[in-house]
Amino acid sequence: MASFLTIRIGFFLAIRQVHRASIWTTSLIIFVMVLTFLNLVVVSGILVGLIQGAVDQARFEFTSDVIISAPDDKQYIENSPNLLALMRSFPEVQAVSGRYGSGAVLEANYKTRKETEKRNTANAQIFGIDPAQEDAVTHLSESVTEGDYLLPTDYDQVIIGQFLLSQYVPVDDPNFAALDNVGVGSKIRITVGDVTREVTVKGIIKSKVDALTRNMFMVDSQFRSMIGRNDGNVAQISVLLRPGTDPALVRDKLKQSGVDGYAKVQTYVDAQPQFLKDIINTFNMLGTVFSSMGLVVASITIFIVVFINAITRRKYIGIMKGIGIDGSAIRMSYVFQSAFYALLGSAIGLLLVYGFLVPFIDEHPIDFPFSDGILVAPVDETLFRVGLLVFSTIIAGYIPAWMIIRKNTLDSILGRN
Amino acid sequence: MIEVKKLVKTFKNGSVETRVLKGIDFAVSDGEFIAIMGRSGAGKSTFLYQMSLLDEPTSGDVLVDGHSTREMTDAEEVIFRLQKFGYVFQDYALLPDLTAIENVALPLLMQNLISIEAYKKADDALTKMGLGHRLYNLPSQLSGGEQQRVSIARAIAHNPKVLFADEPTANLDNESSALIMDIFKRLHKEGQTIIMVTHEIQYAKRADRVVKFDDGKIISIEQQTIE
Repeated sequence: MASFLTIRIGFFLAIRQVHRASIWTTSLIIFVMVLTFLNLVVVSGILVGLIQGAVDQARFEFTSDVIISAPDDKQYIENSPNLLALMRSFPEVQAVSGRYGSGAVLEANYKTRKETEKRNTANAQIFGIDPAQEDAVTHLSESVTEGDYLLPTDYDQVIIGQFLLSQYVPVDDPNFAALDNVGVGSKIRITVGDVTREVTVKGIIKSKVDALTRNMFMVDSQFRSMIGRNDGNVAQISVLLRPGTDPALVRDKLKQSGVDGYAKVQTYVDAQPQFLKDIINTFNMLGTVFSSMGLVVASITIFIVVFINAITRRKYIGIMKGIGIDGSAIRMSYVFQSAFYALLGSAIGLLLVYGFLVPFIDEHPIDFPFSDGILVAPVDETLFRVGLLVFSTIIAGYIPAWMIIRKNTLDSILGRN
Repeated sequence: MIEVKKLVKTFKNGSVETRVLKGIDFAVSDGEFIAIMGRSGAGKSTFLYQMSLLDEPTSGDVLVDGHSTREMTDAEEVIFRLQKFGYVFQDYALLPDLTAIENVALPLLMQNLISIEAYKKADDALTKMGLGHRLYNLPSQLSGGEQQRVSIARAIAHNPKVLFADEPTANLDNESSALIMDIFKRLHKEGQTIIMVTHEIQYAKRADRVVKFDDGKIISIEQQTIE
């Protein structure tokens, strides 16, 4: 049992052993602990961050914090003007953007096509937006990397997602129709229902959010004139909340107001497609598996380090026992040493993660094909991992010390097996 | 008084048994200085280890002030050694990470003395050994003779009942050996009970009695007159 005396003596021995150990050995052990910590936190953090990056981008660029959409059996939200007014009256709401929407067929190269040639078409969703309101909510203008963003006065002009244009499609897939030779300034035809109109491509949207890259946007007044509807009922409303507001609170408030009777009210999390939720869960699981493996590797490393340390110091352990130092005090010294290595390694790791890696990766996200990956390292989870690391390290340090200390005192002093 | 009764120690190596001590009876009175001699393999060090409770005899008993130590648990033996015995080993057996004063203070701290008191006692013991200027040196920074004096300081700092010494001069030059033996002589004069294993007859002559071992048995006990 650890008494105050054994703790005191253990601490006395541990401090001196660490203080007078080779600086290289100590540095190496701490380096291993830092790597283990990074393995625990960063590997799973990147895995989760890869998806979180996609989630954050979808939130930042399309859904915003809360999204209200037409029920599955309707093309638009009833009483949209009233709902938009209601939304704008909420103190938590910073900006609101209503979107008209409809499926459309896009066609290019129709002027140069010979009669024997196949039509160059692609299917897409076309959204009618108020350019200023949409930009205030989803910063859409920032995604227009070629050409220009829409102006409210733009007549028959569109901005188009990159994956509707064949030069930006990464794979040549016959099931994945795209328009050939279309760039800024090109004329294309769009057909919504029975109405066909020729428009000019004003800008190209480049993003990692599918809702942007596979769709097209035009000014809402133009869209309304095209579909011949003037009731003001939109298909979607994206709502940007003031910083610090919990989207779930606003969602619940809307539901309490009865909005969910005629529209689907979702936070950005609710609106994630099921496959994305599955991927998040899978990556969380993978992260836990990698972390567990990292923890086992760390424990084995510390076990070996302490075992070698204890076996090479077996004679001195024997001497200590010989002169009357209690075995539990000696074991305690190894526990303190293990804890020291784990805590210092974790402290350096924490400094690296929160002082460098998280801000750096936030500033320079990792460019994955489908998202800008960030490093997700919530403080509570990280501290839990530090606790796990310290605990497993202490156990891994205690066991070899216990194995060596329980050996016969005289055999240890004389170096007999 | 420390007394051994029918002490037997047998070592096993596979199926081979070697009886190193063959039923020793012996007693040491308080304040006596005993020298144990004998050729290599005679059993003298093994005898010292059994008597000092560093090892467990195969049979027989060690009695300290009439109390049997036979039934003591390992933990009780550790406390007993801490409180009653002091040890000086042939190779000094100092802890390399601790300075001279820390080496001496460690068993005192284990006796639950407060740090100031433990370090004061350690300082006194080292000063008594002529090492007042070497308190904060690591063992690696000391000569063999100095290390052995630190070892003696550690062994006597807590005023043990018995000081056990296993060939304390074996690794030292003549000058250092003489210095160590002078220290033993002084301690003996102060009333310290000393039991020492040695090969060197000139140092054995300083003891009250010389016990000679051969083939696991005491073959003679010589009473000496010390000048």
